[in-house]
Amino acid sequence: MSEGLRGVVVCHAGLAAALVEAVNQITGIADALVSVSNEGCDRNSLRDRIAEAIGPDPAVVFVDLPTGSCMMAALRELREAHEASIVTGVNLPMLLEFVFHRDSTPEEAAARARTAATEAIRGS
Amino acid sequence: MAVALYRIDDRLIHGQVVIGWGQFLGVRLLVLVDDGVMAEEWEQDLYRAALPPGMDVVFAGIEDAGKELPAWEADPRRAVVLTGDVSTMAELARRNPTLVKEVNLGGIHHRRGRTKRLPYMYLTEDELSQLQALQSSGVRVMAQDVPSAAPKDLKALS
Repeated sequence: MSEGLRGVVVCHAGLAAALVEAVNQITGIADALVSVSNEGCDRNSLRDRIAEAIGPDPAVVFVDLPTGSCMMAALRELREAHEASIVTGVNLPMLLEFVFHRDSTPEEAAARARTAATEAIRGS
Repeated sequence: MAVALYRIDDRLIHGQVVIGWGQFLGVRLLVLVDDGVMAEEWEQDLYRAALPPGMDVVFAGIEDAGKELPAWEADPRRAVVLTGDVSTMAELARRNPTLVKEVNLGGIHHRRGRTKRLPYMYLTEDELSQLQALQSSGVRVMAQDVPSAAPKDLKALS
């Protein structure tokens, strides 16, 4: 395990908290991810929540849908002076990969997470 | 009629609109009437980039929207006209009284001075008064966040 980047998971309703809790249960790593819900937010208050969750350090922002309030608020916030990357279609394999590899740049971590997420989708 | 829904939603273009209502109504065109977004080219680019294939978006300020609404109504694509606040939709309806017959209240969230009316609907007394005036002018005003929810009339918000 490596420490470094923060992961911010931004989803509709209670999905982000559930994903973060699942990562905690599987890995025992409790400090790598922060969850943000869009519940009860207009677009400005959601952006404020995301800004607070990202904080001043480098981060990767994981959102659920490529279209939606979470994505738009994250994109609006990332226009500011954050050193951060964004990944859509968040899933559990993506987050598990991320929490064990946080000693890279946000761009590298985001690319790695995308690969892990895609490779985890299988079927017969 | 091309415009299938006139909606007030302070999240503007988001999942409930694009996916929830978009799938339900077969929406192919979004019209966002918002002076703030109209003034920010970068924000328009973000919204364009986030749309699913087959769906277009038009941005307008209230002045242009008041004039262009008949053209959007005549567009063969099914459309949703969105505003982020009550006053913009009320003004759009005032300028086009024969076109705006029903307004959907989709989401207005908590802010100082607003009172909770429904889990997704907070209104100031002034906003409620504007909606009541809109309804008195002949526009049906209903709150309904997603297609599967039971619509609530304005009395339920008073």
